[in-house]
Amino acid sequence: MIEVEIKNLSKSFGDLVVLDNISLNIQEQENVVVFGRSGSGKSVLLKCIVRLMEPDSGDILIEGQNIRNVSLKKLNELRKYIGFLFQSAALYDSMSVRENLEFPLIRNFNFSPAERERKIKDVLEKVSLEDSIDKMPAELSGGMKKRIGLARTIITEPRLILYDEPTTGLDPITSKEISQLIVELQKDLHTTSIIVTHDLICAKIIATHAVVLKDGKIRYEGNLEKLTSNGDPFLKDFFSNEILEVKNGRI
Amino acid sequence: METSSGLQNNLSITGKRLLEFFTMVAGIFMFSVDFFKNVFFPPYEFAEIKKHMDELGVKTLPIISITGFIIGLVLAMQSEPVMIRFGAGSYLPGMVALSVVRELGPVITALIFAGRVSSGIGAELGSMRVTEQIDAMEVSAIHPFKFLVVTRVLACTLILPMLTVYAIFLGLFGGFLAIFLSQNISLQLYINAIIRSVEFADFIPGIVKTFFFGFIVGIVGSYKGYNTDNGTVGVGRASTSSVVVSSLLILVFDMLLGKITVSLWS
Repeated sequence: MIEVEIKNLSKSFGDLVVLDNISLNIQEQENVVVFGRSGSGKSVLLKCIVRLMEPDSGDILIEGQNIRNVSLKKLNELRKYIGFLFQSAALYDSMSVRENLEFPLIRNFNFSPAERERKIKDVLEKVSLEDSIDKMPAELSGGMKKRIGLARTIITEPRLILYDEPTTGLDPITSKEISQLIVELQKDLHTTSIIVTHDLICAKIIATHAVVLKDGKIRYEGNLEKLTSNGDPFLKDFFSNEILEVKNGRI
Repeated sequence: METSSGLQNNLSITGKRLLEFFTMVAGIFMFSVDFFKNVFFPPYEFAEIKKHMDELGVKTLPIISITGFIIGLVLAMQSEPVMIRFGAGSYLPGMVALSVVRELGPVITALIFAGRVSSGIGAELGSMRVTEQIDAMEVSAIHPFKFLVVTRVLACTLILPMLTVYAIFLGLFGGFLAIFLSQNISLQLYINAIIRSVEFADFIPGIVKTFFFGFIVGIVGSYKGYNTDNGTVGVGRASTSSVVVSSLLILVFDMLLGKITVSLWS
């Protein structure tokens, strides 16, 4: 369980301000969904949290430690307990599913081969892909890749998981299954989660808290139910298509 | 006015290209510094180095074999009429051997290796960069530079000298075949002629150079791939420019190292 505190975070690319003085508190075991239009800085926010990108200013505190000031060694100690599911799943092409899953275990933890094998089987069972253990990523469908990506993310039992559009590009049924899987994992592992998504159905299943980014700022923060019924023209416009899909019986 | 504006435009383009070139040279230098900062400290990825050496060796063996053989064959065929005209036909085996051992074997093997391997490393690391696989490694608290770059550069540095020795022997065999076909020389006589002309010290400069050439191929390919941007277009560009830059650096370093090694071992 990890608490994340973001204070006055700003990030620009040239003249383009992507994050403008953002502050956000994420409590332990909370599932925060981050909405926003494409290019609104959602993925940049996630990458700043794990220091894949350096913000221009501001602080990010994970378990009370400002990750902007810690050494690389200390940062990597923190990263061992942070999971990141990439939009593309980012599976290592040259490794089989088994090698993808044991890669972080071999390098960061001292598990015996038997323990590693048990962990691999456990996570594959969780994502219902036990038969894919010896397949290469190129042999997997988009949904299967996402599931294996998720399995690789949770195999180290992280306390904070960042999801970058976990359901994008998937059919509605797979998308719903992935969302339910995320909720189950959260219950099992008691993780804190930050989920970047455009998918309202996914958000409805997962979110305990929601944030909407616009023009680099947090436009709305709070309960998801209130968010969808908010009278703000931008929010009405943003969620109208999603709501139509829900009404048309997508769930 | 138009001429002056065109000239200014050309100067500005040339200036920009020069700036890009020097930025790249500085980048490769800093990348090499990072390599030396990481190579001596654990974790040591021996299995990964061995895997890359296997792959690079096996992948390049056919083309290196053909090239090595043809270098010796063609060199002997082209030189023979001139040498005979000057009454130096008996020195032909020694001339072929010295040329292949000291210069042609190491440089041409390195250039072929650069074309085959540097582009492969550039494309592989480039596609890992654009598909966020390198980011995924970094977030998992694994040092991607150490795992991806150090292992590849070490593998290139260690495997190229071995490939060069192999190419030299095939080059000498190619030379023998050409002389045998024209002068019906025996293998024993050919070997004796080579032993009389080539000393062990002649091997050293050529082989020492190949460690540097292998390092250049590995570091340039890794630098270009590791710093790829602009999606798949960037991957293609990384692959192409890896070959161009590493080939150019091999030739430049051949000139510098040739001078140094000759003065050291002459």
